[in-house]
Amino acid sequence: MDWMPVAIFVAFVGAVLGMSFFFARKAKSAAGYYAAGGNIHWSVNGIAFAGDYLSAASFLGICGMIATAGYDGFLYSIGYLAGWIVALFVVAEPMKRLGKYTFTDALDSKFNSKGIQLAAAISTLVVSIFYLIPQMVGAGVLVTPLLGLPHAVGVMMVGGIVIVIVSTAGMTSTTYVQFIKGGLLVVFSSIIVVALLVRGLSTEPDQGGSVPFYKYATIAATDQNGTLVLDDPTWQIAGTKDVAGTTFVKTLKDGKTTWFKKSVKDGHISLYECQYQAVAADGATVVNGAPATPENKLRQVGNLEAIEGKKGAEAATGSLGPFDFLAKIGSPDTVVKTWKSVKFDADGQKLTVFAPTYTPGNKVLKPGQKFKVEGTPIEKFDFISLMLALFLGTAALPHILIRYYTVATPAAARKSTIVAIAAIGFFYILTLFMGLGAMSSGVVNPMDNNMSAPLLARSFGTILFAIISAIAFATVLGTVSGLIVAASGAVAHDLMDRFMGMQLTDRKKVAAGKIAALVVGVVAIILGILFQGVNVTFLVGLAFAVAASANLPAILMLLFWKKTTAKGIVASILVGISVSIGIILFSPDMYELYGMARADAPIPFANPGLFSIPLSFLTLVVVSLMTQSGGNAGSNPGGHVE
Amino acid sequence: MLHEPAAKQGRDPASPYKTRLGVWMFLAYGLIYAGFVAINLLWPGAMEEVVAMGLNLAVLYGFGLIIVALILAVIYNAACMKEEKRLEGSAGGEG
Repeated sequence: MDWMPVAIFVAFVGAVLGMSFFFARKAKSAAGYYAAGGNIHWSVNGIAFAGDYLSAASFLGICGMIATAGYDGFLYSIGYLAGWIVALFVVAEPMKRLGKYTFTDALDSKFNSKGIQLAAAISTLVVSIFYLIPQMVGAGVLVTPLLGLPHAVGVMMVGGIVIVIVSTAGMTSTTYVQFIKGGLLVVFSSIIVVALLVRGLSTEPDQGGSVPFYKYATIAATDQNGTLVLDDPTWQIAGTKDVAGTTFVKTLKDGKTTWFKKSVKDGHISLYECQYQAVAADGATVVNGAPATPENKLRQVGNLEAIEGKKGAEAATGSLGPFDFLAKIGSPDTVVKTWKSVKFDADGQKLTVFAPTYTPGNKVLKPGQKFKVEGTPIEKFDFISLMLALFLGTAALPHILIRYYTVATPAAARKSTIVAIAAIGFFYILTLFMGLGAMSSGVVNPMDNNMSAPLLARSFGTILFAIISAIAFATVLGTVSGLIVAASGAVAHDLMDRFMGMQLTDRKKVAAGKIAALVVGVVAIILGILFQGVNVTFLVGLAFAVAASANLPAILMLLFWKKTTAKGIVASILVGISVSIGIILFSPDMYELYGMARADAPIPFANPGLFSIPLSFLTLVVVSLMTQSGGNAGSNPGGHVE
Repeated sequence: MLHEPAAKQGRDPASPYKTRLGVWMFLAYGLIYAGFVAINLLWPGAMEEVVAMGLNLAVLYGFGLIIVALILAVIYNAACMKEEKRLEGSAGGEG
């Protein structure tokens, strides 16, 4: 193990913890614990917003998705940033004006309804836990390459550290951790992008000379009376397997097994070398024809097969400007090689085969690789649904909403949102470069694309890798801290104090929050281990859909529709949560996670927003109209709607 | 227990103006965002057309959505501050 990166990593995490203990002294009251006393400067709060928001999903997940699906990953960057417009123009100041500690306070400011207190607290808990899962998954993937520890250990490390952070200092320490982390993330991501542009593109990336480029074999073949015959006689065919319309060919050479993907183009048959991992019944694992060891593991992948029609030495570009970089990758004469995994059983072993896919650059730099915008109506529905949830989800995330209570005035809330938009927008532009950089630099882990950005950093040296990994780890720490503060606030303030009427003192409320933080932290650890390997931004996208369905209709209608009633809000939240989660749980993507066939999923799309958000609005309107006689309709609760 | 904001609030006479402006700017941005989604669904081929500086429409529109968001945010803040300053004398101001 290289101790320098480990030392940098440990020092960084130690500094974060030290800061938490330092600020613990400032958080004796409930206002200090949950809202940092309302005393954070708007500029600090703005960068802290960025720190909160640029979670594992943004740095790890988006870059990983761009590295494997091209522009489709960038759709998340666009949607996540656009969501801030809803937050700034519609929600920021009224939320600040209405609330005290939590999102529930704001919703309940007019009604003092037990139903709202319960429903909003449940919603906060559910959305926070949905959002926690990808953060914990991100923590797990970070520690494996850096510290050589298993995924579960990384998840438990984050869970443990965050529980310590949250139970010591609450929102004050979380804010300053997020401020520093958010700033460092933007600065060091900029450094990676500059280094990437200086290095330029090539068709045989060798990670700055540290990892020799591996040339995968391509074998020509012919079909002779139904029998596949290889042109190169040194390879022997040992079997074939058809999986979902693709034929995989098992070959032997010098006693070593290699799997190929068969491709037929213009009547010519080509076999493309794959990577694979085979697990026998006794657990023995083989990688690419040899026993799995720390030295023999799956090779990192992702490269350009051709750049504007050129290959080899003549394709190397040298340093590039940012627009040239994108233009060269997006050229129709550029060929991008990405990898997709296929699982099947063969010879009593469970195989995961990683097969190459070749895509023209102009198709990579537009939507369509993951979200089939040119596909069936259901696939188009899924795309609209995703974009709607991303747009409307930000302003409904409890851990973002509570940050409006850490500044002194509504105007400060507005200004801190603008600082956040500037920092977050700049970072999201960088994600396109980092993702495409990973895609073209041979650094993508075929088993788990979440580490693409840190592994891209490693191709520029282990010091940068350690710093970036430490920042990413702190990213997870900070975001998880914010989420757990939000969740513990829902339990201690909304449920125990207000809903149950336990009349806790300030000190007891903080203590209850810390116990809640411990419980939520443990739940998050367990879920983080269970969801290993799933792209984290995909998971966050689902959290956005749940937040937008459960919370946003209630927030907007409370602010802009005078006939909104408490019962309408409660019904809207409960319908939004249950319908969005129900759709997600029975979607093809989740069925794949359960190990079942996608086709067996009863619901044909993965993103629920286009169905669940309007349904939640409709529920609120119908129930509010039906309950007008209760006399609990709201009237300009923010005191500002004319 | 008392149920008021964590930090003391003054009355904000500029609030109706800011709300109206916010809603209009939200609708304007929403239209631009919807345009992006619509082009992808209705004319997906247009997204790969090179528009300027060697960049295709998908990249330029994507970057544009991010940059326009920031520009609108700055304009909104400037307008809100101007209105707050104008009404400062007649109501409790805020920072």
